[in-house]
Amino acid sequence: MATRTRYASDRGLTSRMLVTMFLLGLVYVVFVGAFFVIVPKWGVIALVVASLFLLAQYFFSDKLTLFAMHGRTVTAEEAPELHGVIDRICAMSDAPKPKVAIADTDVPNAFATGRNQKKAVVCVTTGLLRRLDPVELEGVLAHEMAHVAHKDVAVMTIASFLGVCAGLITRFGLEWGLWGGFNRRDNDQNTGMILLAVVAVSAVAYAISFMLTRALSRYRELSADRAAALLTGRPSALASALTKVTGEIARIPTNDLRAAQPFNAFFFTPAFGKGFSISNLFSTHPPLDKRLAQLQKISDQLSRGV
Amino acid sequence: MGFLDTLLGRSKPVKPDLDRLFGLSTAALTLEAGAGFTPTGLGSVCFRAAEGGAFAQIQKDVQELLDSDEGPDVELSTDSYGYTWLLVKKDPSDVVGLVTDLHAVNATLEANGFGPHLLCSLVGFKGPEGQRLALVYLYKRGTFYPFAPQPGDKRDNALEIQARGAVGADLPFEEDLGRWFPVWGAPGL
Repeated sequence: MATRTRYASDRGLTSRMLVTMFLLGLVYVVFVGAFFVIVPKWGVIALVVASLFLLAQYFFSDKLTLFAMHGRTVTAEEAPELHGVIDRICAMSDAPKPKVAIADTDVPNAFATGRNQKKAVVCVTTGLLRRLDPVELEGVLAHEMAHVAHKDVAVMTIASFLGVCAGLITRFGLEWGLWGGFNRRDNDQNTGMILLAVVAVSAVAYAISFMLTRALSRYRELSADRAAALLTGRPSALASALTKVTGEIARIPTNDLRAAQPFNAFFFTPAFGKGFSISNLFSTHPPLDKRLAQLQKISDQLSRGV
Repeated sequence: MGFLDTLLGRSKPVKPDLDRLFGLSTAALTLEAGAGFTPTGLGSVCFRAAEGGAFAQIQKDVQELLDSDEGPDVELSTDSYGYTWLLVKKDPSDVVGLVTDLHAVNATLEANGFGPHLLCSLVGFKGPEGQRLALVYLYKRGTFYPFAPQPGDKRDNALEIQARGAVGADLPFEEDLGRWFPVWGAPGL
């Protein structure tokens, strides 16, 4: 029996993601190369420090994020509905079951963290549970589980490694320069110039890698949306959840939002209100209309029978 | 998922494994001989109905296909999670017929490209003291596990382990206990 599939892959998305990754790698190589040419000794120290930061982030991502968001792991007895939805998603996608957590805040949101499927934690806020109906909730959870399946924590941690390195160097270089490194005459004449060059190269690398990382993050979001829509077969439910959640977020007071900002990278929708219109280049999530358009396309595919 | 798929954030839908379902007919005999559990003649298929006209049409076709043969009809219901259940009723002695019907539902859905939307199938059994037990088949894993609900959303774990002991050799059993997902209130239990 010939089996047809309704899961056409999105080549455009794949190629855009590949290009982004290639560019990121290119910046990486150029940056490291330039650095070792200018100051070979510091290069090693800077790399070690940045690696330690990233390893910590990588290995403790689940606990760090949960702790920062005041998430609490819940058992199947405490939240049978939530566990039921996740059980079904796991059975459909043949994924091991993640830990389930609830964060007690009224900002409607969800996030997934953990470096691999075994260590994964999926957390939703009470505000999300209150606002979404079960089918919409399933769409959101499937989106988060897709992040876990795509190993987005690992991918984004590695991708942002360069940015963290370059950012640290720019910052310490500048501070040191202001303390007198730039115009110390008695020392080697060149020290000031070298320091200046290091700061300049790092700053440029930081800026470029920052934008590329953000672009990559937006593509990963679209991928997760896509995977969730295909898995549940209800792109419209996910779309309606997105609309609800982003609409609600715009109405929440800003101090709450600011408190939630550092964790945006793995959020379902970023906690910016609609009024907070930052350029698309710098946002971790694609604009709502872009996400809705993609879901609409999948919905069409499903109903026409591609 | 391969390295490239991870890198590109593509997850491939998991294909269901349908043929192992037929193992249920022999398992039913073993379960009766070994633990005194008899089939109730009820079985059900659970799937995620996709939105849109294509799926609605296929669902209608499946129901007509099953209704057209002689014997009891199939019943369609939706649970609180938004999943659709097709309940098949047969004579309790006709386990083979029941399994064949369940397989037909699955095969139709798969042939039309909705295989990844299948969640599970289950066949109901009744114990000598009226205990309820279901053998649940997970398509994506290709494995079976027992589910014995008790009143008040509790599971009779002892009975489930006992069932595994009785038919574990006949069927590919799910070894990861973390995947023995409960299906409370499923039709056919």
